[in-house]
Amino acid sequence: MHPYIPHTSEEVKSMLSDIGVNSIDDLFADIPEVIKLRRHLNIPDPMSEFEVYKELKSLSEKNKTAISFLGGGSYDHIIPVVVQHIISRSEFYTSYTPYQAEISQGTLQSIFEFQSLICELTGLDVSNASLYDGHTAASEASVMALNSVKKSDTILISEYLHPFTKQVLKTYFLGLDISIVEIKGKDGRTDIDDLKSKISDKVAGLIVQTPNFLGILEDLSEVSKIIRENKKVLIISSNPLSLSILKNSREWDADIAIGDLQPFGIPQYFGGPSAGYIAAKEEYLRKMPGRIVGQTVDKDGNRGFVLTLQAREQHIKRERATSNICSNQALMALASTVYMSIMGKSGLKDVAIRSVSAAHYLADELTKIKAGKILFNQPYFNEFAFVFNKDAKTVISELKNKGIFGGIMLEPLLGEKYKNAVLIATTEKRTKEEIDLYVKTVGGIL
Amino acid sequence: MEILKNLKYSKTHEWIRVEDGIAYVGITDFAQHSLGDIVYVELPEVDTEVSKGDEISNIESVKAASPIFSPVSGTIIKVNEDLEDDAELINHKPYDAFIYAVELSDPSELDELMDADQYEEFCETEGTH
Repeated sequence: MHPYIPHTSEEVKSMLSDIGVNSIDDLFADIPEVIKLRRHLNIPDPMSEFEVYKELKSLSEKNKTAISFLGGGSYDHIIPVVVQHIISRSEFYTSYTPYQAEISQGTLQSIFEFQSLICELTGLDVSNASLYDGHTAASEASVMALNSVKKSDTILISEYLHPFTKQVLKTYFLGLDISIVEIKGKDGRTDIDDLKSKISDKVAGLIVQTPNFLGILEDLSEVSKIIRENKKVLIISSNPLSLSILKNSREWDADIAIGDLQPFGIPQYFGGPSAGYIAAKEEYLRKMPGRIVGQTVDKDGNRGFVLTLQAREQHIKRERATSNICSNQALMALASTVYMSIMGKSGLKDVAIRSVSAAHYLADELTKIKAGKILFNQPYFNEFAFVFNKDAKTVISELKNKGIFGGIMLEPLLGEKYKNAVLIATTEKRTKEEIDLYVKTVGGIL
Repeated sequence: MEILKNLKYSKTHEWIRVEDGIAYVGITDFAQHSLGDIVYVELPEVDTEVSKGDEISNIESVKAASPIFSPVSGTIIKVNEDLEDDAELINHKPYDAFIYAVELSDPSELDELMDADQYEEFCETEGTH
């Protein structure tokens, strides 16, 4: 008898006999014999609780921690302790998404507050209850665009969109007659002439990222003009932190704003989990995926929260659904909600300014010691692509020896054009001493 | 269930009222009743050319989302913008709440539609939803 398996062998036998089959294998008779696995899985023998604990502990001890200058969509920001504390409360932690929605007023209120904060940050009218991550958000925004522009089958993307976003888009539209067409970059920004030449009747919209994957701030004035004139959908992807000090999505005239919330109270872990945001102008409300929580009053006039647009994909639209997202990334979105509430407007600005200043200080110091040069001479946020005079691999491994994760080598991700280029990110967490150690270490191998 | 004598009807439960070569299209009392409370109508775009049988719009109720087909061919010249804020008009006055109007390109298509008596019979044989 196994402790966590609720059926005894007698019960299994009785259920099988009730439905008239002899064995569990008979239930899988439809699966061709040739593809069945005719042996046991190659996994180790069972372990006791203590043995499992020991095994996991020894695995976790293999992890190396270091002073992190890694970015590229995931950043090492300070996370106030209260974030972890609140999301660890069992009311939130164990009930990840409300199925008996209106009975979970606290969860609904937290989602409503999340939506309100995202609307305020992006300047747009409506936000949903969150998506899995920024890449999923880009894909769902594309679906919205394709459904909004009649007879369209093409999504334009900027060359400097996060490479993982490009991969997820490719996967999302696999097998469908949808084209993803890339707009070339020019000196680190989206090329306007290439955009003009690729706009056609078939195009639904454009996804452009600012700060882009190389940390550069795109000037979207011309881009949004072209998109408006051609009646296409403008999707802007942004690090949410940048929205606290720079032009927000509305000010660039975005129809849909998307991004990844990792910078807001979510640890880097080893790449996830994160949460994505998606906000839009009101006219896109009915095309938004997932769910939206609304505020209302009950019959006695008390404030209450409801799933205003709840799981429409499951209950209402069914086979006519335009998205298969039925849930939200509640716990991680809650972490971001708590983070935003704790930091407030001025706190977020402070974090942004300190993160940006640190990056500019580091870039200046590296240039001063003639370690190499910034790849593109453009305004940038809290990260920049730096081309070392030395082999990038040597630089990164030397930094690692000194306890520093020096950045992301770009050549393996983006190709030969980026030989010896490293994407280096800073946050408010990096001290002057840490940055100076980075510069000194690089100086030592020049 | 109300069926108006002076209208034409389609098998997909649209009613058609023709005035000076322009066909006004809505959904029938029978249709609104089977859908239940209507919460949203996705209006088609003016100037769109449609062919008979094209799916041109969507209507969403608390129970289901259903397509609206064009029972005739032509160009959409008008949509009922009142429905944007008040989709329930269709529940209250299905035969007043037209959804869109088409300038007919082939008026002979009207002959293929049902009259009130035929539609009544059609609804009876369709069964009750």
